Amino acid sequence: MNNVLVYCELSEKNQIADIALELCTKGRQLASRLGCRLQAAVLGSGVKAAAESLYPYGVDEVFLADDPRLSPYRTLPHFDVLSKLIQKEQPQIVLFGASSVGRDLAPRIASFLRCGLTADCTQLEIGSHEDPKTKKTYENILYQIRPAFGGNIIATIVCPETRPQMATVREGVMKKEVFDPAYKGVIVPVAVEASLDKADKAVEILSREIEEQKIDIKGAQIIVAGGYGMGSRENFQLLHQFARLIGASVGATRAAVDAGFCEGERQIGQTGVTVRPKLYIACGISGAVQHRAGMEQSAKIISINTDPDAPINAIADYTIIGEVMTVIPQFMACYKNNLK
Amino acid sequence: MSFKIVVLAKQVPDTHNVGADAMNADGTVNRAALPTVFNPEDLKALEMALQVKDQMPDATVTVVTMGPPRAAEIIKDARNRGADDGFVLSDARFAGADTLATSYALSQAIRQTGKVDLILGGRQAIDGDTAQVGPQVAEKLDIPQVTYAEELLAVDAETITIRRRLERGTECVKAKLPVLVTVTSAAADCRFPNAHRMIRLSKEEVRMINADSIDAEMDRLGLKGSPTKVKQIENVVLSHKESVVLEPTEAALSELSATLIKEHIL
Repeated sequence: MNNVLVYCELSEKNQIADIALELCTKGRQLASRLGCRLQAAVLGSGVKAAAESLYPYGVDEVFLADDPRLSPYRTLPHFDVLSKLIQKEQPQIVLFGASSVGRDLAPRIASFLRCGLTADCTQLEIGSHEDPKTKKTYENILYQIRPAFGGNIIATIVCPETRPQMATVREGVMKKEVFDPAYKGVIVPVAVEASLDKADKAVEILSREIEEQKIDIKGAQIIVAGGYGMGSRENFQLLHQFARLIGASVGATRAAVDAGFCEGERQIGQTGVTVRPKLYIACGISGAVQHRAGMEQSAKIISINTDPDAPINAIADYTIIGEVMTVIPQFMACYKNNLK
Repeated sequence: MSFKIVVLAKQVPDTHNVGADAMNADGTVNRAALPTVFNPEDLKALEMALQVKDQMPDATVTVVTMGPPRAAEIIKDARNRGADDGFVLSDARFAGADTLATSYALSQAIRQTGKVDLILGGRQAIDGDTAQVGPQVAEKLDIPQVTYAEELLAVDAETITIRRRLERGTECVKAKLPVLVTVTSAAADCRFPNAHRMIRLSKEEVRMINADSIDAEMDRLGLKGSPTKVKQIENVVLSHKESVVLEPTEAALSELSATLIKEHIL
């Protein structure tokens, strides 16, 4: 009872998804701070090895439900198993990835348990809270911190009275880190009941066309990112050339992705990836708050833009006012020269 | 045999179009100055509902929204685009509701309307951005859910087939009715308002429903019925760094690249 539970979704390869490992890292910190255990819930088919891969992240217990009806993910079978598990184990905190899985499952669970759920948290901390009306104080509760209002405000949400306190977190927001390679946890098998049969019948998956993730810019140390200002898919090729020259990965804003300039996996921002490179070169990016949310932790930022008032310039270390299609080849030439 | 469709919609401040006139002098957003809009993903949900109506004989589309009285504007807009009917759940006792209390009020209101075959809503609203209300209404009505819907593939009296847009691809699912579907921005745009309908319906009022009409437990509504509490809000201020502005000259770019190389950044 009263532990921290992380729902660990699975990747297409039936491994623990990165987002879940990031959550376990954070969960381990929260559990240590609260003096309780870190538990994980793994629901799938043929996933015992995946479950055991969680131990180095400091997971004390892995609740494992292994059944063909649980793979691939569908709402009702996962809801059926997880809601019963939570009712039985009564964790104080439950964390989910803010993915198409987590954002589908977590709200339904919260509704069933009549507890509070905060979506897309960017920070999770433990602290105390005083209710302004009743003056009642609560110790060691979860601060669920998230942007709202299109990213224009940051809100700290608390759920003082209901348990569990639930939160979803987007991929890449928390860092994934092994806690102890030799950490020993245990598997706790979860019996999948006959009730799963009813849950099984409501929605049928006819087909899936999921591509393996070929592009992953999350860990890139140098990023060259293009915005709508790049103008075209053809122009975006220049960014790829530039990136190859300086050993960078190519990123993009949502506007550029929506306009078809590049693949969706390159999208950086609130609804894309969060990156923390040592150098971020923003090319033709205006810098809407939703984009900045995904890259403002970059160590150094250069902005190339024709608009001196573009919001991104305000957070850039260097701003170059000019046309990207002219400036970038110039910069590439200077760089090659200086290497000699 | 009638086929009943309910669309959940919200009137929201236009947070995606924060122009200079909505900015305060201190760099924060002046929320009161933002115009209101029909939540974009709810409009897409309305379109999907109208597509179902196109295909099913005897189908009706009822749009439901919870909000202040002016939310009637989106019901009128929805009717002009083809919805048959709609109402606004409006009551001071709904104020301060988080997604749990909101989904409770909405599900109670839907229960009062009788048997429903299909519920559609946008995945999320552009002010709260939570994507929670849809699945929570589904849970309260004890019906299955299909989220992240991108396209309606087929519908009949018993089932609906949907293509979902996930992070790295798509999935086609077939769900038994009744079911609740949430629709993403990847789906088709809503058809335009129809001039004939606009003229014909212009005098028709929008029904307002209050908390007494939905058979609700009062302490599950509004702020009281909301387990999540806002402890603090901070405005995101566009702060200025010590930024160096460079002209795109040979000399400046050369110096910049040399600096970056020296600092082992490049």
